[in-house]
Amino acid sequence: MHPIVTLVAQRVALGVLLLFAASILIFVGTSILPGDVAQSILGQSATPEALANLRAELGMDQPPLTRYFTWLGGVLQGDLGTALTNGRDIAESLGSRLGNTLFLAFWAAVVAVPLAIFLGLLAVRYKDRWPDRLISAVTLTTISIPEFMIGYVLIYWVSIQMGWFSSVAIINDSMSLGQKLNAIAIPVMVLTLVVLAHMMRMTRAAILNVMQSAYIETAELKGLGMLRIIRKHAFPNAIAPIVNVVMLNLAYLVVGVVVVEVVFAYPGMGQYLVDHVSKRDVPVVQACGLIFAAVYIGLNLVADLVSILTNPRLRHPK
Amino acid sequence: MTDPLLKIRGLKIGATIYPPGEKAREIEIVHGVDFDLAPGKVLGLIGESGAGKSTIGLASMAYGRGGVEITDGTVEVNGRDILKAPFRDVRRLRGGEVTYVSQSAAASFNPAKQIMEQVTEAAIFQNKFTKAQAEARAVDLFRKLGLPEPETIGNRYPHQVSGGQLQRCMTALALCPEPDLVVFDEPTTALDVTTQIDVLAAIKEAIRDTGVAALYITHDLAVVAQVSDHIMVLQQGAMVEYGTTDQIINDPQEDYTRALVSVRSIRHEEKQPTNTPVLRVENITARYSGLSFDVLKNINVELHPGQTLAVVGESGSGKSTLARVITGLLPPSAGRITFDGRTLTPDLATRPVEDLRELQMIYQMADTAMNPRQTVGTIIGRPLEFYFGLRGAEKQKRIQELLDEIELGDGFIDRYPAELSGGQKQRVCIARALAAKPKLIICDEVTSALDPLVADGILKLLLDLQKIEDVAYLFITHDLATVRAIADSIAVMYQGSVVRYGPKSQVLAPPFDDYTDLLLSSVPEMKLGWLEEVLRHRKMESAGH
Repeated sequence: MHPIVTLVAQRVALGVLLLFAASILIFVGTSILPGDVAQSILGQSATPEALANLRAELGMDQPPLTRYFTWLGGVLQGDLGTALTNGRDIAESLGSRLGNTLFLAFWAAVVAVPLAIFLGLLAVRYKDRWPDRLISAVTLTTISIPEFMIGYVLIYWVSIQMGWFSSVAIINDSMSLGQKLNAIAIPVMVLTLVVLAHMMRMTRAAILNVMQSAYIETAELKGLGMLRIIRKHAFPNAIAPIVNVVMLNLAYLVVGVVVVEVVFAYPGMGQYLVDHVSKRDVPVVQACGLIFAAVYIGLNLVADLVSILTNPRLRHPK
Repeated sequence: MTDPLLKIRGLKIGATIYPPGEKAREIEIVHGVDFDLAPGKVLGLIGESGAGKSTIGLASMAYGRGGVEITDGTVEVNGRDILKAPFRDVRRLRGGEVTYVSQSAAASFNPAKQIMEQVTEAAIFQNKFTKAQAEARAVDLFRKLGLPEPETIGNRYPHQVSGGQLQRCMTALALCPEPDLVVFDEPTTALDVTTQIDVLAAIKEAIRDTGVAALYITHDLAVVAQVSDHIMVLQQGAMVEYGTTDQIINDPQEDYTRALVSVRSIRHEEKQPTNTPVLRVENITARYSGLSFDVLKNINVELHPGQTLAVVGESGSGKSTLARVITGLLPPSAGRITFDGRTLTPDLATRPVEDLRELQMIYQMADTAMNPRQTVGTIIGRPLEFYFGLRGAEKQKRIQELLDEIELGDGFIDRYPAELSGGQKQRVCIARALAAKPKLIICDEVTSALDPLVADGILKLLLDLQKIEDVAYLFITHDLATVRAIADSIAVMYQGSVVRYGPKSQVLAPPFDDYTDLLLSSVPEMKLGWLEEVLRHRKMESAGH
């Protein structure tokens, strides 16, 4: 069998294993949290009988191991349980929220990833000259400012002063794509500014690292132009580290956008999670945790696979 | 007389260096060099590392590596000063009129691209040929250079062909755009001798067939004598001597040239074996985990006290693996190692400290074998503390003694490795090994990274120290000249087996087995026409069989 098939199968198996480990951590983590859902639902004045009844109803009197497997069995069948606080099916309410989060993350990625790589290439081309310094300075500045700050600044200037886009990013299913994009334009800008620096700097570093290689000198001595050298000889050998950092940032776009969602009142997963954490709604927290873990593991798996598939030694064995 | 293709006048080249702990400063590394090269001729540039030969070679493409800059002089290619030409013209020159073959083809090929694409890239980019023409020409060159499957080898990736083949591909890359001049920068230095001779012959034939002119840069006078019409000897950025190849080899005028011609002048009397060997390797078989074949197959050798056993062979023959087995880094799958009358445990971790002390190692790369943040005194003092518990003034005294033994006198004790030359670094490594008062030192290619004259000094030192300290050397090398210089007995290794073993006088005397014959006859000799002679001889032999 082609060695690459084995390698890929190994990585995928490892990813699945990691996901199970993450599910255990999430379950144990939420189980040892202080506080009691029954108490928080019924309030301080609840009678002991009422509390015991509610616990039994919620399945909280079972041993932890049984509870874990019941939960896991449900998750594997697509049943994330019901929210304790409002009794709704979690999978259902999470579905549209997840869709919204992915929608925002997708458009932020569409803008940020090509821009970051392009700026990284540009910084290499003009290394240590003013374009490189300007790119570095600007991206470092935007990553250093807290994102809510950037959010409010952009709302003030872009939305209120110039009146270009909506300052509130509430979207719903009845809106057209154009309306939706208009609504999320400013959050996309904020997210882009936040993730740009990391990706751009890694691209720059990865390509500069490759530019030290002897085969770059060979290319220079062929009389090739700098941009062609970067594009044809340096970039293909720098893909693996670049994809790695891109995936980390994509994961951040899905998982780490809580603040931005709150600032723009965007109906995504982050807000949903924060709401339910404050209400001690454990099943919702678990479900969100598991989805975040799956996103992280999945995207990093993709990064691993890309670095395997772009390695010529693995792709074309002797 | 025809106009010269390459005309260099008063070439001065400077570089910015960053000495540790000091401010960066400018130094001059080439101090005004002049020469002409006629079309279709080959000029050999020879000298030790730091002589500026690569720098001069690259200057003919108006290129400076790293912080290197051409500060003065003119470089005319086809009558045009390329140092004053606009950058656009320089780019047309590179890869079009002048091309370059580097020492390490393995590093100079892009690992992510197929060979054909890289070989034809310059020819297509410079509009010399269309893609189809360039590819046809590349296949033709592959065939001329004796590469296997010339039609399809271009579809492979660099890691899918051997080092010698890749070096030929690099030559094809340089010849593909039909340049007027090729700069060969040590193109065979990284190859085994048996591979070197084939690549050398291929390069020579390609130069002759295409009528291209060449600058052939090397530190090996015997190699350059085979391919060049003229030779320029360089030392520390200045010309020492220039003449026809015949004159330089047979009638050198300058002392430095004479030293280069007569290098390896060490004469060593072979010692007789004693009754009790210090090291006995019996039936050793070993493999690396994950490999499906044995890297060492049933090895049997002996080494006597105060003597030198040279283990010689090509890369991949298993010589360094043998050292790993003896030092316990790789426990063998079968066999026994007896050291000074006692059996060594297979694994390093279970060996008593005494065994570790009496068996020391010196490595090829002195650079990486020393902690760059420790002074010479700390480096040499470490075994003194560890094995003998020496402290304070006593330790300092012993360090100074050792430094005297390796001829590095006062003032070196507080220096850092970065402040030493290559030869001095290797001397410090020798002192560190000696500090343990070992009975056996394994020397793994200790002179391979050094210039011939410096290597000679190291070998002389090792022989002198052997007399004083009565230490035995297991000397691993691919260089037969080194073997001749210092060995008492020799083991020739090939594909994991010892194919020939015995006292030096027997191993180096006919009748030879096939492999030893091939190995010995491949070592370049310092005379004109040696290459043709060997190839003719080989052709006759293969015809006779």
